Amino acid sequence: MPELSPRVGLFVTCLVDMFRPSVGFAAVKLLEDAGCTVEVPEAQTCCGQPAYNSGDTANARALALNVIAAFKGFAHVVVPSGSCGGMMVKHYPELFEPGTTDHEEALDLSRRTHELTSFLTRVMKVEKVEAEFPARATYHDSCSGLRELGIRNEPRKLLASVEGVSLREMTDSEVCCGFGGTFCVKYPGISDKMLEKKLRHIEATGADTLIAGDLGCLMNMAGKLKRVGSAIKVRHVAEVLAGDYGTPPIAEAE
Amino acid sequence: MDLGAANFKDNVGKALADDKLQHAMTETGPRFVYKRTKAREALPEFDRLRDQARDIKDHVLDHLDIYLEKYEAKVKETGGHVHWAETPDDARAAVLEICRKANARMVTKGKSMISEEIDLNQYLEANGITPVETDLGEYIIQLRNERPSHIIAPAVHLTRDQVEADFRRVHTHLDPKRDLTEIPSLVEEARGVLRQKYLTADIGITGANFLIAETGTSIIVTNEGNGDLTQTLPKVHIVLASIEKLVPTLEDATTILRVLARSATGQDFSNYTTFSTGGRRPGDLDGPIEYHVILLDNGRANVLGTEFQDMLRCIRCGACLNHCPVYNAVGGHAYGWVYPGPIGSVITPALIGIENAKHLPNASTFCGRCEEVCPMRIPIPKMLRHWREKEFERHLQPTSMRWGLGFWAWMAKRPKLYRKATALAARVLANQAHGKGRLKKVPLASGWTEFRDLPAPQGKTFHQLWKERRP
Repeated sequence: MPELSPRVGLFVTCLVDMFRPSVGFAAVKLLEDAGCTVEVPEAQTCCGQPAYNSGDTANARALALNVIAAFKGFAHVVVPSGSCGGMMVKHYPELFEPGTTDHEEALDLSRRTHELTSFLTRVMKVEKVEAEFPARATYHDSCSGLRELGIRNEPRKLLASVEGVSLREMTDSEVCCGFGGTFCVKYPGISDKMLEKKLRHIEATGADTLIAGDLGCLMNMAGKLKRVGSAIKVRHVAEVLAGDYGTPPIAEAE
Repeated sequence: MDLGAANFKDNVGKALADDKLQHAMTETGPRFVYKRTKAREALPEFDRLRDQARDIKDHVLDHLDIYLEKYEAKVKETGGHVHWAETPDDARAAVLEICRKANARMVTKGKSMISEEIDLNQYLEANGITPVETDLGEYIIQLRNERPSHIIAPAVHLTRDQVEADFRRVHTHLDPKRDLTEIPSLVEEARGVLRQKYLTADIGITGANFLIAETGTSIIVTNEGNGDLTQTLPKVHIVLASIEKLVPTLEDATTILRVLARSATGQDFSNYTTFSTGGRRPGDLDGPIEYHVILLDNGRANVLGTEFQDMLRCIRCGACLNHCPVYNAVGGHAYGWVYPGPIGSVITPALIGIENAKHLPNASTFCGRCEEVCPMRIPIPKMLRHWREKEFERHLQPTSMRWGLGFWAWMAKRPKLYRKATALAARVLANQAHGKGRLKKVPLASGWTEFRDLPAPQGKTFHQLWKERRP
């Protein structure tokens, strides 16, 4: 049995905060429907992954400590992203010397932190969501969520319970879309080649909607789909699970 | 041909515009991936074997000096010779000395990445000795004066018609009207040409997949049998190997062999696994008279005990290349040195200096597929990140990126200021989109907008809206 109304801190992520707050609100709805009490600590900014992946360990540590402090006392920390989630779960403990207080606290946060769909299914034991969303959809597995946090069935299981959603698997759903944070602007040509392959696999499914759990990958794929004039709609998994079809898809007109 | 690891960006541009390369890469990548998956599924203990393989190599690397000495003593005991080579120069000199003593004019060669690492072919030619590659892929790229573009499939970047053109260009003694439209006919032709070389070669040079400390044995695995002909027919056999190829026992080698071919080609075992222990003994019907091992360091000892030590577990199976979306997009030559792909981006900076290979550790999305499939469980993304840390410490990254990220981190450490800045940026970008939901061009973001639109922010930030809706 899941605990009763656990106090959950939502880590919004910088991309959701700035580009697509509707994902954050969809996450809040899902968490509240599952019986959680949701709070959004004001002191949060970014998880520090861009600094960490650029070799800037000092800033990565500083930002990690900021997140650790902001989320003290919450039973769980939930993130609508496998990438930021992976940073907090897998990499925060690597940033600090074992035996130090910072390391202990990083481990503690790591144990309390979950990506959204895995939190709903694994911790809150959610079997289905009450939502409607008309979509012939295909699901892209974001790399960090899949390989750092082992998330694969969780979003699919929940999506299958949404009325109106039918899922069709694309070839190589687990292959990177070419986003990779700063990679996509440092090596745009390689990123584009990876995107081209991804688009071919998406289009081959005949899906009208592309769903994933990370806004970075979604913005990358949506940006390319729209550049080439595709009608495929792009959505964050939280929006679909929350039945939020009123908000325009990513990169589409109001 | 050395494209240069420092020219990665230019190399990438050329690779992306090369239609033949792109065609060749689309054909092969998925096939390797599929075969490995099947092989893994058929062996329930595969992941357990990977743990064992990792532990064996970790143990060796922690005690490398002891095993190297033990190995050297065993090789001597079996009548072989060991040559220590700290640098590529030392290794080349050792090879040449053996060639001179044997009055060698021609050497046949099995596949060896160490030979690439020390640029042996060029050196032998400059010294009047003709090297002949006998692995089919190596033979093809030798005709083209290229480096391998893949660790186990050196000519994977080429299409069939390119190979046909090379054969017609070089094999001028054959009937110009012969039919070479099918791959088997190309294989047959190479076989015919090489057969005579095996018989006339004075020396055979091979690499080694393993060196066994307890017996002084070297092991090669091949699929074409070329390695066996190379090392048994000439009177002298030279093994080129780097120091981390050591394993303590034959048993250890067989454990690692069980994950090697499965990871590489999806085979349970390679067609040929050949053990060489010393030269021909009294009573032996064949085999080389002399058996030499050249042990190359070339910077590897410096890696021991550092955060990069795990890279020395690599058994050169190529699985990380096959599964890498970046490698599959640009091919192996773009990496500009001997070892391409994810593991190459870890090894190359260690062997030629990070300042000469700055892009390599950065050209990764950290998607993690390499680590997921590595039979030796090398944490490749983590090693790449360590290289990025070195670059950051030494100010080797582009100034624009450094300043950009530095400014962003400075803001992110100040939540109140960060809130204001993101709210402003979200509003400005949303206005610029004029309700279309996306932007075709954004100042300073050409890296993004060159190939894709930028999805526009919805207008207000989450934190602004949260305050409004849940005061």
